[in-house]
Amino acid sequence: MSEPVSALQDASHDGIVAVREDGLQGMITLRGDLSAAAVGSAIKDVAGLAVPEGGRISGDRTGGLCWMSPDELLLLCPHEDADANVERLQQGVKDTHSLVVNVSDARALFRVSGPAAREVMAKLCPVDFSPDAFTPGMFRRTRMAQVPAALWMSDDGTFHIICFRSVAEYVFGLLKVASQPGSEVGAF
Amino acid sequence: MSKRLSTGGRLIDRSRRIGFSFNGKPLAGHPGDTLASALLANDQMMVGRSFKYHRPRGIVASGVEEPNALVNMGEGKRFEPNQRATTTELFDGLTARSQNHWPSLDFDIGGINKHLSRLLPAGFYYKMFMYPRAFWKSVYEPFIRQSAGLGQAPTERDADSYEHFYAFADVLVIGGGVAGLLAARHAADTGARVLVLEQTAHWGGRSPVDGGTVDGSPVAQFIDETVSALEQMPNVTLRRRCMGAGVYDHGYVLGYERLTDHLPYAQGPRHRLWRIRAKQIVTATGAIERPLSFAGNDIPGVMLASAMRDYAVDYAVSPGERVVVATNNDDGYRTAICLRNAGVNVLRVLDARSAGGGALMDDARALGIRVDPGRGIAKVGGGKRVQSVQICAQDGVGGALEALKCDAVAMSGGWSPVVHLWSHCGGKLLWDEAQAHFRPDPEHPPLGADGNGFVRAAGASNGALALCDTLADATEAGKAAAKAAGFRRRNTRAPVGEAVSERPLEAVWLMPQQADVGLRSKSWLDFQNDVKVSDVQLAAREGFESVEHTKRYTTLGMATDQGKLSNINGLAVLSDALGQPIPATGTTTFRPPYTPISMGAIAGEARDEVFQPIRRTPIHDWHDAHGADWEPVGQWRRPYAFRRGSESAHDAVIREVRNTREAVGLLDASTLGKLIVKGPDAGRFLDMLYTNMMSTLKPGRCRYGLMCNENGFLMDDGVVARIDEDTFLCHTTTGGAEHIHAHMEEWLQTEWWDWQVYVANVTEQHAQIGVVGPMARKLLDKIGGMDLSAEALPFMAWADGRIGGFDARVYRISFSGELSYEIAVPASQGLAFWKLLISAGAEFGIMPYGTEALHVMRAEKGFIMIGDETDGTVIPQDLGLDWAISGKKEDYIGKRAQARSHMADPDRWKLVGLETTDGSVLPDGAYAVGEGVNANGQKVTQGRVTSTYYSPTLDRGIAMGLVLHGPDRMGEEITFPCTDGKTYSARIVDPVFYDKDGEKQNV
Repeated sequence: MSEPVSALQDASHDGIVAVREDGLQGMITLRGDLSAAAVGSAIKDVAGLAVPEGGRISGDRTGGLCWMSPDELLLLCPHEDADANVERLQQGVKDTHSLVVNVSDARALFRVSGPAAREVMAKLCPVDFSPDAFTPGMFRRTRMAQVPAALWMSDDGTFHIICFRSVAEYVFGLLKVASQPGSEVGAF
Repeated sequence: MSKRLSTGGRLIDRSRRIGFSFNGKPLAGHPGDTLASALLANDQMMVGRSFKYHRPRGIVASGVEEPNALVNMGEGKRFEPNQRATTTELFDGLTARSQNHWPSLDFDIGGINKHLSRLLPAGFYYKMFMYPRAFWKSVYEPFIRQSAGLGQAPTERDADSYEHFYAFADVLVIGGGVAGLLAARHAADTGARVLVLEQTAHWGGRSPVDGGTVDGSPVAQFIDETVSALEQMPNVTLRRRCMGAGVYDHGYVLGYERLTDHLPYAQGPRHRLWRIRAKQIVTATGAIERPLSFAGNDIPGVMLASAMRDYAVDYAVSPGERVVVATNNDDGYRTAICLRNAGVNVLRVLDARSAGGGALMDDARALGIRVDPGRGIAKVGGGKRVQSVQICAQDGVGGALEALKCDAVAMSGGWSPVVHLWSHCGGKLLWDEAQAHFRPDPEHPPLGADGNGFVRAAGASNGALALCDTLADATEAGKAAAKAAGFRRRNTRAPVGEAVSERPLEAVWLMPQQADVGLRSKSWLDFQNDVKVSDVQLAAREGFESVEHTKRYTTLGMATDQGKLSNINGLAVLSDALGQPIPATGTTTFRPPYTPISMGAIAGEARDEVFQPIRRTPIHDWHDAHGADWEPVGQWRRPYAFRRGSESAHDAVIREVRNTREAVGLLDASTLGKLIVKGPDAGRFLDMLYTNMMSTLKPGRCRYGLMCNENGFLMDDGVVARIDEDTFLCHTTTGGAEHIHAHMEEWLQTEWWDWQVYVANVTEQHAQIGVVGPMARKLLDKIGGMDLSAEALPFMAWADGRIGGFDARVYRISFSGELSYEIAVPASQGLAFWKLLISAGAEFGIMPYGTEALHVMRAEKGFIMIGDETDGTVIPQDLGLDWAISGKKEDYIGKRAQARSHMADPDRWKLVGLETTDGSVLPDGAYAVGEGVNANGQKVTQGRVTSTYYSPTLDRGIAMGLVLHGPDRMGEEITFPCTDGKTYSARIVDPVFYDKDGEKQNV
C-alpha cells in the first residue's frame, strides 16, 4: 500500500484567478432509476441527501450529489470513503437494477477562484456564466475547449471542475492560458 | 499634395506626436490617427501596387472597405501581411512596409504588366495556361506563384496569444453608430440583455462627420448621451474594436475583438474571438459609398468623397490642395462643403445629374464653389498621383470639354447598405431603384429554428440613409428585436431628426455614359485585382451570364476586400452588358467573415502545450524520465520504446523483446479501454455486440472477443472478463474506449431501450500493468499477497486480491505469447505499483517495454491488431477468426452483413503469414502482384502486407498480409515490387511464427 496521489499533486497557478488542483476526491457513479424507492433510500442513507433536481448539485465535496443525467448521479465523498460507500450503495439498492462504481481515480478536480472566475471559465466552456444565468447550486456537464468537463460553483467566485485524470495537465494548461494577466474581459 | 490641416481633428490628440516608419522612412503622426491618416498627413499618397498590373495605388477609403492600402505590418514574431492602413490605429514605433512591388514602391518592374494589359484580359489565366499541359507544372505555375500574392507570409512563430469567449445575449446589436446605439437603447429599455459590437475604436459611426441634429441637438451630443446611458445599464455590454464577423444558424455570431493591436506592448491576448448566442440580432452596419467608374479612377489621389470628409474632420488631413468632386447624388456636396470649410480649394463639383442637386448644392454655391451639372470626368491625368482631370458631358462618349489641373478627386456614386451580416445566414435582398442599391428584404430575413426571422437590419444598413429615417428605423428595430426575444414592448418614443431635402440620385455605372473602349479599359471596378469595366463586358460577351461565374472569371470582388467597393458597380455593368435589369443579375454570395480575421483568433488558446489534449497515464512522467520515445495512440501518448543512452529506437525494441521473452518485461497497459456492462440483460447484450458467445462465460474467467459494426466489418477487439452474474468488464483497444462506449449507449438507447443494462467507462480508474515473461510469476510471488500459481489462476482467468499491499485485479491474459499477468490497481497508486515492480524485478532482469515491442511480439504470435490487419473493410472471416464467431447465436451485430454474397466470396483476400525468402523485412503496405494487367493497364494485385517487423526472436523479417486464396497456398512464393525499387519475394506461411502450441503462455 502506498499513499494515493492525484494527477497533478495539487499543482497551482495564480493569474487573474487562482487555479488549483484540488487533490483526491471520492466520486461514485450511480446509474439507475432515480425515482425508484430503493435507489432514493440508498442514496439518502449514504449521502444524507435527497436526489437533486436536474442540472443541480446538493451538498458539497465532503458529501454531495450531482445530477449527471436522468438516470445518473455522481456522489461526492472523501476519497478514502469511496469503496465503502460503493458497498453501502450496492447493498442499499439490493435487487433494483443499477450500476454503482468508484470513479474517484478516473478524475481530477480543479478549483478556480477569484472575481474573474466566471470570465475565465467563459473563455473555455460554451456556457452562459453570467451571474443571472449560472448560480451556486447548479451543476453543469459541458466541455472545456477540447475535453469533457463537469462543474459547479460553491460561491459566486469559486468554480469546482471535474475532468478526466488523463487530461488534467491539459485542463491545467487551459486554465493557465485563460487566466493570463491582461486578459480580463469585463463582460459580467 | 496631402497634408495635415492647421486646426481640427476630432479624433486626434494634436498635443502629442508619435513616431512610426513606412518603408523604413521615419514619419510622425498623432495619437488617434489611423496609419492611413498619418500617411496622408505626411503626403504619402501612394501606398502600394495592384495585384495584376502593379499599378500605383493610393488610399481610396477610410474604413474596412479599403482595397489598396494594405501593408506588411511589424517585424519578426509580430509580422503580419495585408493589414489595412485605414483600420490600423497608429501607435508609437509602428513599422509598415508596402506590398506587391519589386524592387521598390516607386520603381516596380512588374509595372510593365500595365503595358501588356491588352494581352492580360479577363480570364487570361484560364485561356493562356491551358496548353501545352506539361507546361503547367514546370513553367506556368512557378510563374504565377512568383508574380501572385500581396503581402509576405510570416516566417517566425507568432509571439502573441489569442482566446475565445462565449457570450449570450437576448439582443445582439452589430454596429455602434447612431442606428446601433439607438436600437440597443430601445431593446435594453425592455430589460433584455443587450450586447453591442462596434468594429472601430469610436462610437457613433460616421454621423459626427456628416452632421445633423437629433431632437434639436447636434448628433454628436446625442451619441455621447446615449453611450453614457447604455454604460449605466447593467443589462448592456458595450464592446469597441469588436467586429461582427459572421452570422450563422441558431443565432450564432462570431465577434472579432482586437485588444492590443493598438497597444502592442500591453499584456494579455492580442485578439479575442467572441462566440455569441443571441436570441435576436440587429445589424446596424451602415453603408459604404460606391466609387464612380471613369478612366483613371485608380490613380492615387482619387478617393471616395465620404473618405475625404472623414480625413478632414476626424484627422484634420486634407487629401489635396486643389480638389475636384464628381458625384451623382447630393452627398458629394457634403464633401465639397466640408473641404471648403476646412480651407481647401474645391475647384469644381461635377454633378452627373443634368438638373444638379438640392439644398446642399445651393449651400455649396453659396460658399463660392462652382457646380457643373450634367458633367462627369472623362479621364484623370497622372501616374503616381492625380495631376488633372478632363471634364466631359455625362451623357456623351467622353469628348473633353475642359482640362483642370488638380491634385485630388472625390467621387461619390451613391451608397450601398452593408448587407453582409444580414445575408450570411440566408437573408434576402431587394433592389431599391430609387437609391440604386440592394437592401434587406424585411419579408425574407434569415430564419431561426422556429421558422421566424432572427435578424433585423437597422438604419443605413436597412436603406434608411438619411439621419431622420435612421432614427425611426433603428428605434423600431430595437423594440421589435426585444419583443421577439420575449420582452414586453415599451412605449418609448423615437427621437426626431431634422429632414434635409435632397434630390434623388441618378444611377451612374459608367462615366461618361457612353465611354469608348479606350476609357472603359481604364475605368477600374476592382482596384486591388485590376478588374475594369471592359473586363466585365468581355466576360459577358464570352457567355458568362451568372454573376458568380463572372466573379471567378474576372476576379471581380475576389480581393481581400471581397468586393466591398466593386460588387455593385460590377454587377451593374454586367447587367447592362447582358441587357437585363440589375435584380435579375443578383449579387454574389456574402460569406463570413465580414473582413479577414486572424488565424490566431480562430485557433484561440489551442496552440503550444494546449494545442490538443494529450492523455497521460499515471505512469507517464516515469516513462518520460526513462528514455521513452513517444508514440501517439488516439490522444494518448504511449512509449514506443525506452532508449538507453545512445541506443537507437530499433535496438531498444530488439532488447525489449528479447528481455521479455527471456526474463520479464513491464508494459503500461493503462490506456486500454475498460467498460463495465451491468444488468440482468448484460449477457444477452454482449452476445449481440460480440461475434462470439459471452453469456456462457463463467464469473472469474476471461474470453477474447471481436466486435463488428452493422456492415460486418471488424471494429474492435479485446478481452472480456465476467465479474459476476450480472457484470462484465470489456477491454477495448486504446483508441476504442470512447467510441465503443458510445456504440453501446447508442444501441441501448435507440434499439434495445427496454433491456436492463448500464454501461460505465472506467478506463482511467485503473492503472493497468502487464507483467510479462517467464520470470513474471517469480517476481509477483516475491512481492507476495496473492496465489498466482497455474492452479489458482489458470490462463484466461482473473482474480481480485492484494499484491504488495496494493488492491489489485489480476488478469491472466497474454498478447505476447509469454506467461503474462495484467494487473489493475487504482490509478492514484499506479506509479507506486509500477515502481515497486521495477525495484523488486531488478534481480529478475526486469525492463519496461514499449508499444513496438508489444507489436513485434504479437506479430510473432500471429495475433491481429485493429488498425493494422483491419482498415474498416476487413471482416473476421478474412482474418481466419472463424473460431471466434459463434455459430450457435441467432444474431449479432454484423451477422447479416457477413452473409451477403460479397462477404462470403471465396475470392476475398485472407490472412496469412509472409516470410521473405532472404530474411529481409517487407515494406509496410506493399502489394503482391499477380499475372497480367487490369482494365487500367496496371499490374494485377493479389495481396498486401498488413504488418511487418524484424523479429528479434527469429532473427528474420516476419509479416502478415491479406492474400488471394492465401490459406490454400501455403508454401507458395509471391513477389512484392516496392517503391524502394526492390522486388521482394516471400513465402506464404502460417501467421503464427512463434510457439504455435501456446506452451509458453500456459505454464
